[in-house]
Amino acid sequence: MRITAHVNGEVKQADDVWPGESLLHVLRERMGLPGSKNACEQGECGSCTVYLDGVPVCACLVAAGQAEGREIVTVEGLGTPEDLHPVQQAFLDAGAVQCGFCTPGLIVATHDLLTRDPGPDDAEIREALAGNLCRCTGYVKIIDAVQLAASRQRGEDRP
Amino acid sequence: MEFLAPSSLAEALEAKAAHPDAVPICGGTDVMVELNFDRRRPDHLLDLTRVPELAEWSVGAHPSDPSGASDASEFVRLGASVTYARVIRELSDRLPGLALAARTVGSPQIRNRGTVGGNLGAASPAGDSHPPLLAGGAEVELSSVRGTRLVPIDDFFTGPKQHAGAPDELITAVLSRATTGPQQFSKVGTRNAMVIAVTSLGLALHPDKGTVGVGIGSAAPTPVRASDAEGFLAAALDETGLWQSRNALPPSVATEFAVKVADAAAPIDDVRGTAAYRKHALTVLARRTLTWAWDDYRGSAA
Repeated sequence: MRITAHVNGEVKQADDVWPGESLLHVLRERMGLPGSKNACEQGECGSCTVYLDGVPVCACLVAAGQAEGREIVTVEGLGTPEDLHPVQQAFLDAGAVQCGFCTPGLIVATHDLLTRDPGPDDAEIREALAGNLCRCTGYVKIIDAVQLAASRQRGEDRP
Repeated sequence: MEFLAPSSLAEALEAKAAHPDAVPICGGTDVMVELNFDRRRPDHLLDLTRVPELAEWSVGAHPSDPSGASDASEFVRLGASVTYARVIRELSDRLPGLALAARTVGSPQIRNRGTVGGNLGAASPAGDSHPPLLAGGAEVELSSVRGTRLVPIDDFFTGPKQHAGAPDELITAVLSRATTGPQQFSKVGTRNAMVIAVTSLGLALHPDKGTVGVGIGSAAPTPVRASDAEGFLAAALDETGLWQSRNALPPSVATEFAVKVADAAAPIDDVRGTAAYRKHALTVLARRTLTWAWDDYRGSAA
């Protein structure tokens, strides 16, 4: 089947999509967007977190056909290497990136959290990121990064 | 594999009638795992995310009694594709037990996609929404081109991952009485997120009817009601005049209630826990949720 969706602000199309494949597979293998990572394929790890119609979801659990005509934003849509999003910059500055595999999902989940709540406490951060696993176990630095991004967004700590 | 994407309930029911083997998919949090791991290769996937009728909830009299003559209760009709995130945001007041359970489902990403209808369709003994639906005496609305019927939740689960729906039927809604008293939910797991229940319990007090509802999960081949515990507690509260006095609950009542809840379980040893642990945990959950609910009830005295 053919899938057409708005991805990171552009209309993207993929042909010969198998109806049972995931949105994650379509993004990575057919649309050239490998930012969202493929790890557990069962919604446990959050590495494939993307926005689907403005809501963070695991792209591995969205059937390709369910994405038809929908609005998708991946980590590539939040910032570019030349112009990082403040959340991405904060993850780098706080040392919250180790192997980096979980980072794209954490960036999207953090972006969503700070959009809804500009001043989360540590408990709220843990709750919001509960669906994202870091197997380097760098959670302390990740929470530091979220706090850093939040304070910069509030204008308290300019990079 | 063919992907069916109906845009109305009528189209969805026609598709299910034409392809009874079609696997309904909504949030995908169960179905996509099976597809990703090659455990299932259905000929048809039936996408329900574009069926607007399933994404709504409403409040009113029971459909069998539209005038509300015999039961003035307010009933919530929860469309099958309403997500857990929306249950938490929009129905914490009317269905507090279900909303508490929804908070324990998966992670934010899972709650943004997963639905109560899908949980019922999967019919896992561990499904988080099942204990509160049992405690609340819910009914499951099953629809087909032949018509619509309501199945009491007690009759819905017919075996592990088996339910009473016919091949041409879709789960279209859940009907549950809006709360008239405190409701609680508790669940045992290894962390606060992404946990399949080791065991779980939903409790609802119905002071207007002088009854109690208790549903337990991951404690038997299907989610089950703890009927003896319900009857015991309702009788104990009635005989001692506690519904009226709202006095403190005698510890002996809570202890006996907890034993009867555990007696309703027929658990197994598996990777998540042993049968003995599950029985023990149920007594703890039963006492704890009853204490919370009774404290709520005492605190809500006008």
